[in-house]
Amino acid sequence: MSGPGDAAQVYLEEVADLLVQLEESLLGLERAPNDRDLLDTAFRALHTIKGSGAMFGFDAVAGFTHHLETTFEQARKAGLKLTPALIRIALASKDHIRALIERPASLDPAASTNLLALMATCVGEAGVKPSVTPTGGALDEPEGPASWRIRFRLPPDAMANGTNPLRLLDELRELGPCTVVALTDSVPALEAIDPTGSYLAWDVILTTERPKSVIEDVFIFVINDMELRIDRLAEEPGRIGEILVRRGDLKPELAEAAAARQERLGSLLVKDGTVSAECLQSALTEQKHLRTEAGKVTVAPAVNSIRVPAERLDSLMDQVGELVIAQARLKQMMLAFDDAALRGIAEEIERLSNGLRDTTMGIRMVPIGTLFGRFRRLVHDLSQELGKSVQLTMSGEETELDKTVMERLADPLVHIIRNSLDHGLEDPETRRRAGKNPQGTIHLSATHSGAQVLITVHDDGRGLNRDAIRAKALENGLITDDAALSDPELLQLIFHPGFSTAAAVTNLSGRGVGMDVVKRTIESLRGSIEVISPPDVGASIILSLPLTLAIIDGLLVRVGHGRYVIPLSAVVECVELSDDMDQGHKGRNFLNIRGDLVPFLRLREAFRSPLPPDPYQKVVIVSTGERRIGLVVDELLGGHQTVIKSLSKLHANVGTFSGATILGDGSVALILDTAYLVARGQSQDAGRKAA
Amino acid sequence: MAQTAHEIRPSFEALTLGIASEVFALDANTVREILEIIPVTEVPGALDFVPGLINVRGRVVPLADLRIKFGMERVENTEDTRIVVVEITLDGEPTIVGLIADKVYEVTEISGASIADTPETGMSWRADYIKGIGKNGDDFIIIPDIERIFTS
Repeated sequence: MSGPGDAAQVYLEEVADLLVQLEESLLGLERAPNDRDLLDTAFRALHTIKGSGAMFGFDAVAGFTHHLETTFEQARKAGLKLTPALIRIALASKDHIRALIERPASLDPAASTNLLALMATCVGEAGVKPSVTPTGGALDEPEGPASWRIRFRLPPDAMANGTNPLRLLDELRELGPCTVVALTDSVPALEAIDPTGSYLAWDVILTTERPKSVIEDVFIFVINDMELRIDRLAEEPGRIGEILVRRGDLKPELAEAAAARQERLGSLLVKDGTVSAECLQSALTEQKHLRTEAGKVTVAPAVNSIRVPAERLDSLMDQVGELVIAQARLKQMMLAFDDAALRGIAEEIERLSNGLRDTTMGIRMVPIGTLFGRFRRLVHDLSQELGKSVQLTMSGEETELDKTVMERLADPLVHIIRNSLDHGLEDPETRRRAGKNPQGTIHLSATHSGAQVLITVHDDGRGLNRDAIRAKALENGLITDDAALSDPELLQLIFHPGFSTAAAVTNLSGRGVGMDVVKRTIESLRGSIEVISPPDVGASIILSLPLTLAIIDGLLVRVGHGRYVIPLSAVVECVELSDDMDQGHKGRNFLNIRGDLVPFLRLREAFRSPLPPDPYQKVVIVSTGERRIGLVVDELLGGHQTVIKSLSKLHANVGTFSGATILGDGSVALILDTAYLVARGQSQDAGRKAA
Repeated sequence: MAQTAHEIRPSFEALTLGIASEVFALDANTVREILEIIPVTEVPGALDFVPGLINVRGRVVPLADLRIKFGMERVENTEDTRIVVVEITLDGEPTIVGLIADKVYEVTEISGASIADTPETGMSWRADYIKGIGKNGDDFIIIPDIERIFTS
């Protein structure tokens, strides 16, 4: 994990994070241009991109970012107003930085200059000349020079992380005359010293006309991890002075220029014999004590997270999967022995492996807010492009989802949001005439529902146009003229391959990638998709997705010789296939479940089992969305922790199964693809209706 | 993959195995292990030549029957029947596949000079399934193009 190649890789990952931060704060600033925290976040991100970029040889990135940073410096210090135009340029610049890093070769060499020129114009219009250097802020300037005691201690790994304490001291010196005292109390014994560790603390007495915020700014990039205490000496007499005043007559000294105070105080007093060396030492000890106390309060909690390559997590997950399988075998084996001690161990291992499984799956979980955040920019850009005013709201950002699922969700969601913006939301004028708020709203939400996560994209636009859908489906031969479709069935048509109602192909949608691709992606994640669109009040697209792709709860069933797993999250109920249901409706495979007709599929026939059916067959009712189907099996074998293994390309043609798993006895069982089976049952249903 | 008659192929280490009455040679480097017959899970609806799945050390691996591709008769498993687990590249992805063999013979060197082109006639199999015919003593050995067999 070391070496220059890795370091550059780490930089790239870090920049990716920083760019996300930058974008979020920029979008935030667009709404709240005066938010100091957002401004600082943006500035910090820029500064780090620039600094580390220069360190790792990304000179073009560093050079370009420097100018952007300067602009933000002016916003922070010189009151430069962040106009929407400036934010737009900053966002474009952020994209440019990404491009500079990812594909520098394909960039127009003039792009950087053009952007900077635009920015300079914008800054000029905003009323501050770009060349103005940020001199003392006009906001909280103190009256005349003041003296400050700055006490700071960097975290032990500060130098390893690229912070140079000498640079911090130099920056302080630039602010005015100052005296620096290094405190060596924390330096460990020689054999315990880490050569790259930072053990010193510093007391800096600084006299400056600048406000306190300028001093704080020196530490802006390390402030979260360090101990820092800045005291104004005039208001709070220096503790050493205070203590020493009690020990000797120091009033004339205190009246001296504060810049030289500390040095003279210590040396002069000891030299004159006014204060003994021990006395000073004890004052220092007392001071040290106070500092420790103060330090306890000022140390910000360190962020307890580490960055781990995704492959390691994947291999950890694989191994946990193996362990779960081995544990299932052990459990099965245990049943053959009537040994209490063995059972105890087996149960202990079961408990541990379940815990390990849950923890490991938890590691892979990330809050969906990180994904939602990306869409702010999308909505921002699209709404400008389309001339629509759109507000993006979110809820449930903290809902966690497997990282792999989430990554594969990004493209479908982009597509759905684009559709909502392009087709769903009306332009402001139309909305006003319809008595709606001219500003449209797109709401993203995520909630847990059992072992599933429901993600909803809702817009308050015109809703789905049923007549247009029907006309389009007729035109494409998807339905017949006289087809009687229920409303949900009609809406489902938009997921049919090649279906697009956009009258005009816009830049955004209608490019051939349709909702069918979205649907396929969601289904490949073992999820399902649904549309709800009451006329005129907008539309909701609801994605329901499994929490994880790796391990699921399954229902183990037997059909003929074979054993199969049905994902438990899809199972609604199990009923017995009674004789009259089986025989009574000749050739009609429908169950009457509390008044509803549910089609059923005899898996024994579908799998061409040579065995005669069991006398008491069971029906497992499974559903995706609102649609249900019964699967007739010979026997229900019970629940099974299912570690999912994908099928090879050699079995890609088999739609019935979404994967395979290994059972406790070491044999392989296939996992039924319920979405596929439900669709198959429904087409059987449609066939019946057509007949 | 037609090649000119004079081209000398490289020699290679091969695992020889018997399928029906023929001897086949697999590049020994692609062979991961040889298993006795283990329970096979049938995959309903799968192609005839990949009828099932097996568990190879915790991996779910497709089991292929080359006899189907070469139009040979299926025979009952005997005590000589083995599963040869090979790693091949399918569409650019490394894939592990089990092959049913009626008998596994030995690992032997097949000299490049002894490898002849697939004869155009006199064979009932698709010529592109075979890379060449090698010789081991007086016996002919078929060198199958496993990747092509699986992708066509």
